[in-house]
Amino acid sequence: MSLVTLTNLTIHHGGNPVLTGVNFNIQAGEIVTVVGPNGSGKSTLLRAIIGALQPSSGQVARASGLRVGYVPQKLHIDPTLPLTVRRFLSLPLRVTNAAATQALEQAGAGRLANQQMAGLSGGQFQRVLLARALLCDPQLLILDEATQGLDQPGSAAFYQQIETVRQHLGCAVLMVSHELHVVMAASDRVICLNGHVCCEGEPEQVASAPEYRALFGSGTQGALALYRHEHNHSHDQDCTHEHHDHEAAQ
Amino acid sequence: MTLLDSFLIRAALAGLGVAIAAAPLGCFVVWRRMAYFGDATAHASILGVALALSFQTSIFTGVLVVSLLMATTVSTLSNRGYAMDTLLGVLAHSALAFGLVAVSFLQGVRIDLMAYLFGDILAVGRLDLAVIWGGALLVLALLWWRWSALLTATLNPDLAYAAGIDPRREQLVLTIALALVVAVAIKVVGVLLIAAMLIIPAATSRPFASTPERMALIAAAIGGLSALGGLQLAFALDTPTGPTIVCLAAVMFALSSLTSLFFRGNRI
Repeated sequence: MSLVTLTNLTIHHGGNPVLTGVNFNIQAGEIVTVVGPNGSGKSTLLRAIIGALQPSSGQVARASGLRVGYVPQKLHIDPTLPLTVRRFLSLPLRVTNAAATQALEQAGAGRLANQQMAGLSGGQFQRVLLARALLCDPQLLILDEATQGLDQPGSAAFYQQIETVRQHLGCAVLMVSHELHVVMAASDRVICLNGHVCCEGEPEQVASAPEYRALFGSGTQGALALYRHEHNHSHDQDCTHEHHDHEAAQ
Repeated sequence: MTLLDSFLIRAALAGLGVAIAAAPLGCFVVWRRMAYFGDATAHASILGVALALSFQTSIFTGVLVVSLLMATTVSTLSNRGYAMDTLLGVLAHSALAFGLVAVSFLQGVRIDLMAYLFGDILAVGRLDLAVIWGGALLVLALLWWRWSALLTATLNPDLAYAAGIDPRREQLVLTIALALVVAVAIKVVGVLLIAAMLIIPAATSRPFASTPERMALIAAAIGGLSALGGLQLAFALDTPTGPTIVCLAAVMFALSSLTSLFFRGNRI
């Protein structure tokens, strides 16, 4: 069952195309990671899926009654707004204390309920955001660079938590990330985005695709080499768009 | 002979009505950093007074219409890439200036401009009282009804979208509530001081609140206290009532800031 289907999606921002002709779907229970350089339209894609952006053309079809848990890239809470973790979890729908406690436990943020949101550390904050996203019993969990600002052990632990959650709830996960190797290991499917879908497939396929290397080759050095020598098989990607100079990564 | 025959009782009830509606709304104004927005809407309402007098409709209707127009204009323009503070600076003061000029054109009507700029709470009649409480209860009902959605949209528009809430609609709810508060408050504190009734109680209650709801409740209490206390003070000291109410609120804000500074100093 497709939870979300994007058909030929094009989105303009301030007159410039951010996404062009994107086709995408995510099935129940699937983990999909979107990778791409800065400004490649990753966040735009997610915001179109949650309905925060209207497409210039193309369609966004959500399964009827789809429950989405959304963890934003960052959340600025104005210092004039007093907000405990417990109160935050009850937005927008009130939840019982038992449900709140359970969600905090699941997200690895137990015992934070009475703290002020403003007083949390970066890692605690992300876990509370995750806990809130879990409370609607999501069919689809969307994470937008959720580990931004966490150190490497912190983000590794966070992704582990997400995997545990996924096993427990069986929800689909759609995430955007920069941390390629951590993310790729957990994903069923990886989509390489740069204004359009450059290539997609299983993590091994994408990691060794020339389009992917062209995008990440220069920036990731050692991390990329890991994929290059391990996966040397052929694959058939349907890449109909123009790409960057693939030779750059060779 | 009923209780409402006393002008002081009517004034007290009017002040209380405005205060308890303005304070929770003021919390949103503070959280969303819309202080100037409230100011602009309030200042534009003097133009509403002029229009109402020239078309011989009720002041409430004129002010409500112009406030709504002003608030929608600001919301629309702010999404078009103007710098918000510049835009509001232009609109707030030009609306006030146009309003004052428009009032001067009115022939045959002698109006006491001061009463609209600074309020005339002691002249509140039974009908005014009914309008004030009707408006106040409407604002409170709106906020009560949309509370959770408003709070989510205030926190982060994307979180709202993901939960199926349209933040633009919530913004519209706030805009309407703001116009209503301005329309009912003009008689009590006047156009120049309405923003104070919105913002000062909310800012005063911040250090003592741990949740948004508590902040709104404490703000309403502080607003009500300033209205009643200000009225008494004005009576005792023979000072203008609207400004006295705002002065009392400001003193409470100063005390609240000092208290929180002191406690924070102790904790560290």
